[in-house]
Amino acid sequence: MRKCALEKINSVFEEIAKSMTLYLPVDGSDGKAAFTKWENGMEWSDALNTTKSPKDFFFPQSEDLMKFKTEGKNIEIIDTRDEKEDFAVFGVRACDARSFDILDRVFLTEPYDSFYASRREHGIIISVACNKPSETCFCTAFGILPAEPGGDITAWKDKENLYLCANTEKGEALLEKLEAVTEECTDDSADTIKESIKKIAEKLPLGSLSTDSFGGGKTDEFFNAPEWSELSEACLGCGTCTFVCPTCQCYDIKDFKTGNGVIRYRCWDSCMYSEFTKMAHGNNRLSQKERFRQRFMHKLVYFPENNDGIFGCVGCGRCVSRCPISMNIVKVMKKLGGKSE
Amino acid sequence: MQMNNYKPLIVAFCCNWCSYAGADLAGNNRLSYPADVKIIRVPCSCRVNPMFVLRAFQRGADGVIICGCHPGDCHYTSGNYYTRRRMALLFSMLDYLGIEKERTRVEWVSAAEGAKFAATMNDFAETVAKLGENKRLEDLRCKR
Amino acid sequence: MQALTRKQLIDKAVSLLDSNTVSAVLGWKRGEFDYDITPAVFTSADELNREFIWNDFCGANFSKYLVSKTDRLEGKLLVFLKPCDTYSFNQLLTEHRFDREKVYAVGIPCNGMADIDKIKKITGDGISKITDNGDNLIVETLYGDAPVEIDKADVLAERCINCKSKKHVAYDELLGEDGEVISSNRFDEVEKLEKMTPDERYAFWQNELSRCIRCNACRDVCPACTCEKCVFNNPASGAESKAPSSSFEEKMFHIIRAFHVAGRCTDCGECSRVCPQNIPLHLLNRKFIKDINCFYGEYQAGAEVGSRAPLVDYTTDDIEPCDVFNGRDTDA
Repeated sequence: MRKCALEKINSVFEEIAKSMTLYLPVDGSDGKAAFTKWENGMEWSDALNTTKSPKDFFFPQSEDLMKFKTEGKNIEIIDTRDEKEDFAVFGVRACDARSFDILDRVFLTEPYDSFYASRREHGIIISVACNKPSETCFCTAFGILPAEPGGDITAWKDKENLYLCANTEKGEALLEKLEAVTEECTDDSADTIKESIKKIAEKLPLGSLSTDSFGGGKTDEFFNAPEWSELSEACLGCGTCTFVCPTCQCYDIKDFKTGNGVIRYRCWDSCMYSEFTKMAHGNNRLSQKERFRQRFMHKLVYFPENNDGIFGCVGCGRCVSRCPISMNIVKVMKKLGGKSE
Repeated sequence: MQMNNYKPLIVAFCCNWCSYAGADLAGNNRLSYPADVKIIRVPCSCRVNPMFVLRAFQRGADGVIICGCHPGDCHYTSGNYYTRRRMALLFSMLDYLGIEKERTRVEWVSAAEGAKFAATMNDFAETVAKLGENKRLEDLRCKR
Repeated sequence: MQALTRKQLIDKAVSLLDSNTVSAVLGWKRGEFDYDITPAVFTSADELNREFIWNDFCGANFSKYLVSKTDRLEGKLLVFLKPCDTYSFNQLLTEHRFDREKVYAVGIPCNGMADIDKIKKITGDGISKITDNGDNLIVETLYGDAPVEIDKADVLAERCINCKSKKHVAYDELLGEDGEVISSNRFDEVEKLEKMTPDERYAFWQNELSRCIRCNACRDVCPACTCEKCVFNNPASGAESKAPSSSFEEKMFHIIRAFHVAGRCTDCGECSRVCPQNIPLHLLNRKFIKDINCFYGEYQAGAEVGSRAPLVDYTTDDIEPCDVFNGRDTDA
């Protein structure tokens, strides 16, 4: 384990930025933190969470897949993939660090997604433990430890120091580069912080949320539950929950006519939208109730069914704090969870 | 680079009954106006939806002008009165967003005003040329 | 503190249910915390007593829900309307979006709603309890620090700071006192922007609109946006888009949306409330309202049912588009 005094943290950022682009949460003009490309003089935000999750770094909201250009009767197909450069994302929280494992299961299994893979390969994650979790946090319900976040390097912060510990080869390589700006310390240096986080985590009001009732094979049990009507009755059908979610991974592939060709791009899609997975015969889900149900069934039943029981939620609490009508996965789980007892 | 040779692309929405006929008259009278003015004929100036104006900018226009019958002379009685309100508000909004106000214009040109049509287009093209390329409402995907 | 108590509202709802005046009640339902409130339809006294809530976080404007919630309802729906909600209510009636006969509207006074983001800026994350102490909110956190007493005026939502009216313009029955239309400073921010140079304005909006994630929450919550199929969702429109794929798309969506509600927007402020990226969308709508007032005479959408919106109206001596800027430039 290595440490760095917080007052010298800029030297760590500077050192990282020498070899790769560095992104970290910075408070914006609206007072909300967002992952921003680091430049000298920027201050690392104390905010617990950014509004938009860091999934953007690997699975951007919109990206070009290929281009077509027509000239006379010829069509030229242009590959838009370019060699990605190395980048580091600093300040990722435990929930978001876990979200990448969930996205990996989707994009790095057959059919293998080379766009995502290339970004994953070139990206390095430096996570930071959450000293002050919010009342909206429920990562512990999904077995995530806010005191021990994943990623290539894990960092803990106390009043004076930042402690860094590498978890992967990539992380070790980066830590080596930081030797000049950090100093060696004992492996138990961060233990006091971990202890205090653990104590707080036990007090989280949503931390005791139970996932026992959910999981693969429960489709029949929940699909026709009458509770869906009540749960979805106020849903506006906007895409806030899906777009701030670190694990939502549905996308649409669309063509944009530029006037002299076509750009084929993909962009995030939301199951809350009326055009979601629209097919030749029309829409699968005609009512907002059905769309709403899809989102939660996917996270709590379908995803674990196809992924060794792992849930498609990391309990970051973004949907809890951002939904315009305050309906969210916690309320859904509490309402439906009691049923199967 | 070659700013001297820069010719702005102008989209002119012309109402069928007055301004388009005015453009015709300008042609018949051999009055010249820039070839980079692309006319789109619309049944009435009030057919122009604000989205048309934005679309034109997206697709590479540097200036957009809407021409219709003089107020009171609309073929459909009142179409251009609605145009007047809509475009006043739209242009004010574009200016509010920091988009150069000289890039948009509404001009009333009757079927008899071939000379006015040519003069308007010359003046507008010159004004837009001074501003240079439309950067603030461009869509990079549409660039060649 | 709101003028009416939760109990007064529940009593009213229960009595209207009992007398069969209404068959259901549209109200606010308590959540996991003291501030995460969900609009809900209640049908029994039991439900109301258990889950109905009325506090400083009941900001949601119910008017738009009337379109979908009265559609297949047997009997009448009781809806509680704050003064600003009544303007949306009238505007929707003007546009024939719901059946007035199916609604029983109870006007309730509002002393302004609190903004949880502003509270969290003071107390930090980890709020465990918020209690109302008249003029103050007492906020407790998980971290065992002493409860923080916050003056409600300091955490008032933007739209409530600039409240335009405490007067109900529509109701079947009024609970409590009615207020007056008040003169607000709601155009100050717009004027500030107008006084900037075009470059500064451009930079301002570029910074704000580039944060848009196109979640469509502003549109979906907007009581003026009740199209069955929005142009931005319709693949046949040529304008459909699901993501802000270019800086042009970000601007186009917001310009067109603001334009489409121009003259119909009552300035209820829901768009800015729900924006997850805190984009000040009300500044677009207010610009249109200010321009309309200035060019075509004072107009408040929803002030009365059946009024003719400025964009479907004209006079023969309206201002010319080219003169829009002249007046302003000489004023400046």
